[in-house]
Amino acid sequence: MSTTTTAPKPGTPQPGTTRIQGSSAKPVTWKIPILLAALGLVAFVFFGVMGPNQTAKFGISSAGDFFQLPVIEVPAFLAGIVLSVVLLGLAGYAVYLKTRNQSAPRWLPIAFIVVFVVAFLIWLVGGARTPNISLAGLIAGSVTLAVPLVFGSLSGVLCERVGVVNIAIEGQLLGGAFTAAIVASITKNPFIGLLAAALAGAVVSVVLALFSIKYLVNQIIVGVVLNVLVSGLTGFMFSTVMQADPEQFNSPDRLPIVDIPVLSSIPLIGPILFRQSVVGYLMYIAVIVVWIGLFKTKWGLRVRAVGEHPEAADTMGIKVNATRFWNVTLGGAIAGIGGSFFTLVAIDSFTKEISGGRGFIALAALIFGRWNPIGAFFAALLFGFADNLQSIVTIIGTPVPSQFMAMLPYLVTVLAVAGLVGRSRPPAASGIPYVKG
Amino acid sequence: MVRVLKLELKGITKRFGSLLANDHIDVVVEPGQIHCLLGENGAGKSTLMNVLYGLYEPTDGEILIDGKPVSFRGPGDAMAAGIGMVHQHFMLVPVFTVAENVALGAEATKAGGFLNLDDTRRKIKEISDRYGFDVDPDALVEDLPVGVQQRVEIIKALVRDAKVLILDEPTAVLTPQDTDELLDIMRQLKSSGTSIVFISHKLREVKAVSDTITVIRRGKVVGTAAPGASTTELASMMVGRSVSLTLDKEPAQPKETTFEVRDLTVIAPSGQHVVDGISFSIARGEILAVAGVQGNGQTELTEAILGLQERVHGSILLDGKELLGRSVKEVLRAGVGFVPEDRKVDGLIGTFSIAENLVLDLYDQSPFAKGIGMSPAKVLENATSRIGEFDIRTPSGSLAAGTLSGGNQQKVVMARELSRPLRLFIASQPTRGVDVGSIEFLHRRIVAERDNGTPVMIVSTELDEVMELADRIAVLYKGKLVGTVPAGTSRDVLGLMMAGLSPEEAAHADRAHHDGSPDDGSSPEPSTSRAEGGDHV
Repeated sequence: MSTTTTAPKPGTPQPGTTRIQGSSAKPVTWKIPILLAALGLVAFVFFGVMGPNQTAKFGISSAGDFFQLPVIEVPAFLAGIVLSVVLLGLAGYAVYLKTRNQSAPRWLPIAFIVVFVVAFLIWLVGGARTPNISLAGLIAGSVTLAVPLVFGSLSGVLCERVGVVNIAIEGQLLGGAFTAAIVASITKNPFIGLLAAALAGAVVSVVLALFSIKYLVNQIIVGVVLNVLVSGLTGFMFSTVMQADPEQFNSPDRLPIVDIPVLSSIPLIGPILFRQSVVGYLMYIAVIVVWIGLFKTKWGLRVRAVGEHPEAADTMGIKVNATRFWNVTLGGAIAGIGGSFFTLVAIDSFTKEISGGRGFIALAALIFGRWNPIGAFFAALLFGFADNLQSIVTIIGTPVPSQFMAMLPYLVTVLAVAGLVGRSRPPAASGIPYVKG
Repeated sequence: MVRVLKLELKGITKRFGSLLANDHIDVVVEPGQIHCLLGENGAGKSTLMNVLYGLYEPTDGEILIDGKPVSFRGPGDAMAAGIGMVHQHFMLVPVFTVAENVALGAEATKAGGFLNLDDTRRKIKEISDRYGFDVDPDALVEDLPVGVQQRVEIIKALVRDAKVLILDEPTAVLTPQDTDELLDIMRQLKSSGTSIVFISHKLREVKAVSDTITVIRRGKVVGTAAPGASTTELASMMVGRSVSLTLDKEPAQPKETTFEVRDLTVIAPSGQHVVDGISFSIARGEILAVAGVQGNGQTELTEAILGLQERVHGSILLDGKELLGRSVKEVLRAGVGFVPEDRKVDGLIGTFSIAENLVLDLYDQSPFAKGIGMSPAKVLENATSRIGEFDIRTPSGSLAAGTLSGGNQQKVVMARELSRPLRLFIASQPTRGVDVGSIEFLHRRIVAERDNGTPVMIVSTELDEVMELADRIAVLYKGKLVGTVPAGTSRDVLGLMMAGLSPEEAAHADRAHHDGSPDDGSSPEPSTSRAEGGDHV
């Protein structure tokens, strides 16, 4: 027997002997081709055949840009037909690959989603009373709405990569939002509020870590209990302390929006990348730092080993539970910073349940993004986009009821979690406490 | 140039609650020696090694390296002292590359904590070339065959400069060919100055490679032996009484064929064909043994027959009636007895009493059921007679089944399954993790069932067990039936078949291998295999 270092690839005959070829390769399923074909048909019928006859106008420059790009005008009906044919083509290609027993390449579902969203947008705007929308504003708004989601899902990435399921993201966001508001109000300094928010998120995490790592309580249950606890605690403090003296305790200064000269005037991407609050810039930095940390450094290798195979990490002299504890705490701090967005950036006061379930959307973004910081970032952007679209649609007045639009993020979540973008594989030891011996 | 070290374990005692796992164990591993720790499952070998590797703290006793006492607070300390360990269940992260796994815990870094895997890749290449391992540093571990994964484990220890390498039951997961290669590697390592502690309960391998043998029984050292000691001698030291290693069974008297599997395919949830178009039949009064390396479809095959698998195509006929598509209960009522491969998960309910476990499949029938209630007296009465009949060592049938030893648990499962009139008996890994004394008993019961005129199907990954029990041997590889060969086919040919070669190819390759000794392995040699057949302990 030869000692091959790679598993024999199916279909490549072994020289010399005629080995029995087992069907050990991962089989191709019909899931994606069928899903794409169905969505393609929906697009064809609604966006194409039943599409609106107006011309949709998309503004891509905003007033402050140093040069103005023309408004894009799209005939909605024609675009609907063309784009839905493209979608059907992509679905057809997936079906064709399936018949040849090949799985769809990674870019295919992603391209499909992008084209679908564009077609949807044109259909939506084309059918509106005022078929005119600022694309720049739409995208910039999406990024803004995505900020807490990104921080929340980064917290999830850090926890799950090390083997602890973090359902308490919602509680960490809420705790961060509350603490940021009250500390920034008292100290009159939003930056101290920001630090306090990180600390609050970390405190929530420490409780999660303590119970799930040391006392081996079911992580889902601890997470849910923490969410309820933080919600109750902040709600109580809000109605007893904050409402009694809002001047003193619930009027934080907002974090300034920092304009980077020149760069922020680039149309479309300028406002997204270079006209952000401190929290917004921190988001970009955090995504990049966490990604590099996880995949390029010694720390990340150990973290991932602990989340995948804690026994192996232990036998290599890595302290499993200490690594878990610190990672979960760090994750909480990051989610806490995300929480400060609600009270220091978006608006300048705290209200009950201000995080509004975004911690759970962040959890979905984490899964959609395949436990990868960059994937989670784009998934969070998609959810932010869906969220923003809902409010814009109500303004321009489309035939689609806004309640339906409000469902959109959750619909996207269901599709995402159902595995639209390939199979999601969580870290193997996620959710399993490590007990030595 | 090569630093060698002498390792001494003095009076090591390890206690888990009331259980004394190691009782004043003394072992001396001389430099450059292959030292075997021989003992049955549960004798305390692995516990001892985990103490040595710093995973457990000893209750008492000390470890000396070159005469100086050391204490390990964790595996890191043990590795620093020059001790490396290859665990029975590999300690490799499946989604990491070889280089990442080897680097883990001792990573070379550039400035700022960035990984520098090039250094690791170079070291892997170096070791790989020196010992002829042929390991690609950038392959994903989950894509590698088990034998190569084991080499990665060995590289992991060697990269850390291990002078003493502990191998914990390294051959349990290997094909016979891989096992032979591993034994060669061990000899090579020894000649380059590495001492090896080899933990095993397989006498043939122990005798082939050891310099010294220390036998451990129930947490105590019961003696040492030279590799020249006879198999029987070693076995009786291990078990504590004389055991008969060969099963003198009568030749099979096959009658009419009553069990037939046609074109059976089982599709896993992943869509993979884990059993792929298998056909075979078993006659009454015959034992068909299904051999193969773990994970080649054996589990799914037996589960499909019992009705535990969901996506099954083909046909399973017992006494001319189709079993496929019927519920597990109906299959059992049709006269199928089934011993599952993992008794703790599928065979027993550990917290239920032995008596209750003995009627798990009959609780709703007379005489154990009484209307909607049960008759505890009858259940206990049944237990008493089964405990006697199957020699289950327990003070009472009302004790929880989980408190029994592995062998006695297996007897409970076997007793339950054999207590009904059977039309087919399937036993999966019938003696896995069972002490030698019980193995003998369980094997005799299986043969007795055959002689009763029941078609018997044994699934075992232990080649020795297969050769011992089988009247015919079917070999599975990647869900397909490689071939069915008569009992007495040589170990080498079976090993090659387990690696996917057809019987003809295997016989041919084996002849080529034994160049000069014509027809050595391919023809049935009942006498040789009988002599070797006792080594399954």
